[in-house]
Amino acid sequence: MTYLKPLFRHPKLPKNKLGYTLKEYEGSISTLCAGCGHDSISATIVQACYELDIEPHLVAKISGIGCSSKTPAYFLGNSHGFNSVHGRMPSVATGANMANKNLVYFGVSGDGDTASIGMGQFVHAIRRNLNMVYIVMNNGCYGLTKGQDSATADVGSKSKAGSINPFQPVDLASLAVELGATFVAQSFSGDKQQLVPLIKAGIQHKGLAFINVMSPCVTFNNNPGSTKSYDYVREHMQATGTLDFVPEEKPIHAEYEEGTGTAVSLHDGSEMKLHKLAPDWDPEDRVSAANAIQQARLKDEILTGLLYINTEYGDLHDIIDTSDTPLNTMKENTLCPGTEKLDTINAGFR
Amino acid sequence: MKPTDTSNPEYYHKVVDCQYACPAHTPVPEYIRKIAEEKYTEAYMINWESNVFPGVLGRTCDRPCEPACRRGRVEEEPVAICRLKRVAADNKGDVKALMPHAPFPSNGKKIALIGGGPASLTVARDLAPLGYEIHLFDEQIAGGGMMRSQIPAFRLPEEVLNEEVNYILDLGIHTQFMHYVDSLKGVLEQDYDAVFVGTGAPRGRDLPKLPGRQEADANIHIGIEWLASVAFEHTKKIGKKVIVLGGGNTAMDCCRTSRRMGGESVKVVVRSPFKDMKASPWEKEDAQHEDIDIFDNHVPLSFEVENGKLIGMKFQKVDAVYDDKGKRKLIPTGEPDVFIEADEVLIAIGQENSFPWIERDIGLEFNEWEMPTVDEVTFQSTNPKVFFGGDAAFGPENVITAVAHGHQAAVSMHLFCEEKDLKKRPAPFTKLFSTKMGIHEWAYDSPVTIDQRFLVPQAEKSLTLVDRKKEVELGFNLPTGFKEAQRCLNCDVQTEFSTDLCIECDACMDVCPTSCITFTGNEPEEDELRQKLLVPATNKSQDILVSDTLKTGRVMVKDEDVCLHCGLCAERCPTSAWDMKQYFYSVTKAGSI
Repeated sequence: MTYLKPLFRHPKLPKNKLGYTLKEYEGSISTLCAGCGHDSISATIVQACYELDIEPHLVAKISGIGCSSKTPAYFLGNSHGFNSVHGRMPSVATGANMANKNLVYFGVSGDGDTASIGMGQFVHAIRRNLNMVYIVMNNGCYGLTKGQDSATADVGSKSKAGSINPFQPVDLASLAVELGATFVAQSFSGDKQQLVPLIKAGIQHKGLAFINVMSPCVTFNNNPGSTKSYDYVREHMQATGTLDFVPEEKPIHAEYEEGTGTAVSLHDGSEMKLHKLAPDWDPEDRVSAANAIQQARLKDEILTGLLYINTEYGDLHDIIDTSDTPLNTMKENTLCPGTEKLDTINAGFR
Repeated sequence: MKPTDTSNPEYYHKVVDCQYACPAHTPVPEYIRKIAEEKYTEAYMINWESNVFPGVLGRTCDRPCEPACRRGRVEEEPVAICRLKRVAADNKGDVKALMPHAPFPSNGKKIALIGGGPASLTVARDLAPLGYEIHLFDEQIAGGGMMRSQIPAFRLPEEVLNEEVNYILDLGIHTQFMHYVDSLKGVLEQDYDAVFVGTGAPRGRDLPKLPGRQEADANIHIGIEWLASVAFEHTKKIGKKVIVLGGGNTAMDCCRTSRRMGGESVKVVVRSPFKDMKASPWEKEDAQHEDIDIFDNHVPLSFEVENGKLIGMKFQKVDAVYDDKGKRKLIPTGEPDVFIEADEVLIAIGQENSFPWIERDIGLEFNEWEMPTVDEVTFQSTNPKVFFGGDAAFGPENVITAVAHGHQAAVSMHLFCEEKDLKKRPAPFTKLFSTKMGIHEWAYDSPVTIDQRFLVPQAEKSLTLVDRKKEVELGFNLPTGFKEAQRCLNCDVQTEFSTDLCIECDACMDVCPTSCITFTGNEPEEDELRQKLLVPATNKSQDILVSDTLKTGRVMVKDEDVCLHCGLCAERCPTSAWDMKQYFYSVTKAGSI
């Protein structure tokens, strides 16, 4: 009885620009339940970082507590990681981001970690537009404590034990739009074709990219009557559109039907090409995004894809106008310029 | 593409690369697991069932299984399958008790086997327990054929050969050694119900037209004849300077034997480039290790004679040039001819068949190359009573091929004697059963070791070169044998996929270490589908496993090419849509018809 991942890989595994294969982006083998949606999301993050030629050591993964928050052990094994306190991932991410703005930050959280104990932190991370990819692996239950309904469980959803959830759910995507998040997306762990470009766009987006991913809990919430099961999500998914992420140096010329194609430029010159499926929806218009989500909810649909994006608003560093040089690379005499300098500053307030 | 039909016994068989490549289809992973479990007797018996001469083949097999081994596609070297077979043979317990015991109740039929080599002995082993009265004729003093006369004792000790030949002869075979059959007609006139011809390819090629051949005849020998003469102790020494012509395994045996018979400066001279030589790479290495020089790209011009005695040979230097079709031409380089001194020359440039003892008026057709017309499936000649096998059937091959022929010829002869249709071949015997024992627990060792291939230790040159019978290879000791056995990827433990159980969570695709599994839209053409996989399936010699259409309209496609059979797909599957099932495939022998 053993459970180790063999070290051999496919000898023809393609390499990215850095000469790395997917192996360099993998983590340890997952200890989550077999078939957990979270593992698919981990694999998607691996794929996105590989495709964007990101140096693994220039990534930081920060998480809270829960099944979702265990996953940073299972992807990007060569990156930095911090498994923090329950619901306190945004604080740790903020601190790290303030000290070193040059890393790619993944905040990994779950529905409990974000919508219950961490709600306060979640709201303020959005408000500050911290430059990170905030992923919620949302399975509508507390898998680590045997599957109780979580705050995102839909009203009327049936648990594995047969009880019906009587409470209204917290709709994280609506909330994020409402709070002024600059990048809001929704997806499904079983749809890598959609999720990979979303994560890639999220990484390139300057500011907080919030991605709410439906991620079925195979053990406690994959039963008939659950609204977070593989079958239910597949049947009720409604995509806003298909998305191509186009890196700066590689323009593609996709053909779109008249009036359905939209290109969104990101800060670094890369582009997202959207092929819209939903009518009367403009991803750069907050009101239409909020509307689209609500319309879908009325029809019991789960709206997926990019929901809203704002590339005008700067991230936390822009807002508070920090130094271009990351704090962690500054020498001590720069960071602590001495009593004289302090006196001058204090004098400025008198 | 249509879903793969895994109920076809050949589909899973093909996944077990080693077994599929073995002419006798020995269940290799099955016996390797037995070795790892220290069940050497069982491992031996699996081999004995299938290839009849485990001890012999564990030392001398041409190993078609090893280049096919999947391990060679994921790392440098294949599993040392052949030498593991020897581990089983060297460490077995009482195997005789597990073999059939004569006397067997007679079925009233009588069979003649002409030639006592591996093909005939295999027929004897398969048919004797069915009650046939078997008469075996051979011109040599004992059974074994070329295994006795051509394979030198330092590669195959006589005791090992005797033991395995005797297991068969003890099944009540009537042997007539030292008996050269000079007329097939004469044999057919007796009351045999069927006759098997396993007389090998007994004639070594010569260079009769090369200048000096006649004058120097006393010091020129045909390789296989010379090896036989050494084996039967008629020849006891050779000159100090020896040239061996030829680049096959016989040439390697000749040069290495020469070193033990007094040859001090032994040179192998071959027309082709070194890399194209027919000898197995390990045999070339062993020869070089014994201080034998190999001169490639040298074409023999003449035997040089002085005062009526051979003094050496002249060669022309050539370059091998390949045309578009890969056909080779040897073009002279224009350099001066090369003279190499020699006291004696051994010619080992190939063997051919020879049937001077078969009359041409007994309804047995011969083709334009003087080879009998033999059916490739039934091994029956155009005289329905006469069957061929081994090198006698289609020209020189090797021991394991002869064994495979023997099994099939025995099936045919049995069907023939029972007056059944020879073309209706019995299907192979197969079994497919789950190895799941619990969570993270399988009936086989699923972890994949990263050990590189272990080297087989050899005896010191100072000991082996002075004693012709001293075996060079020592075989793996048990701890090393265990470690080498653990390198086997258990390719017979199949990944079985059930479309109806799959919930398309992608867990298998994410966890597969070698990216074999892809969920994707189907394509009408296999080539297109192969291109759509996570890593395109470019090795077309390996199949792809395509599932039925899944709920989302996609299909699961698995490229069998570099699957490690680690079981992680089944391990990570929440619904047991993947299972690891052990597949046992055995070619049907005459005994199970």
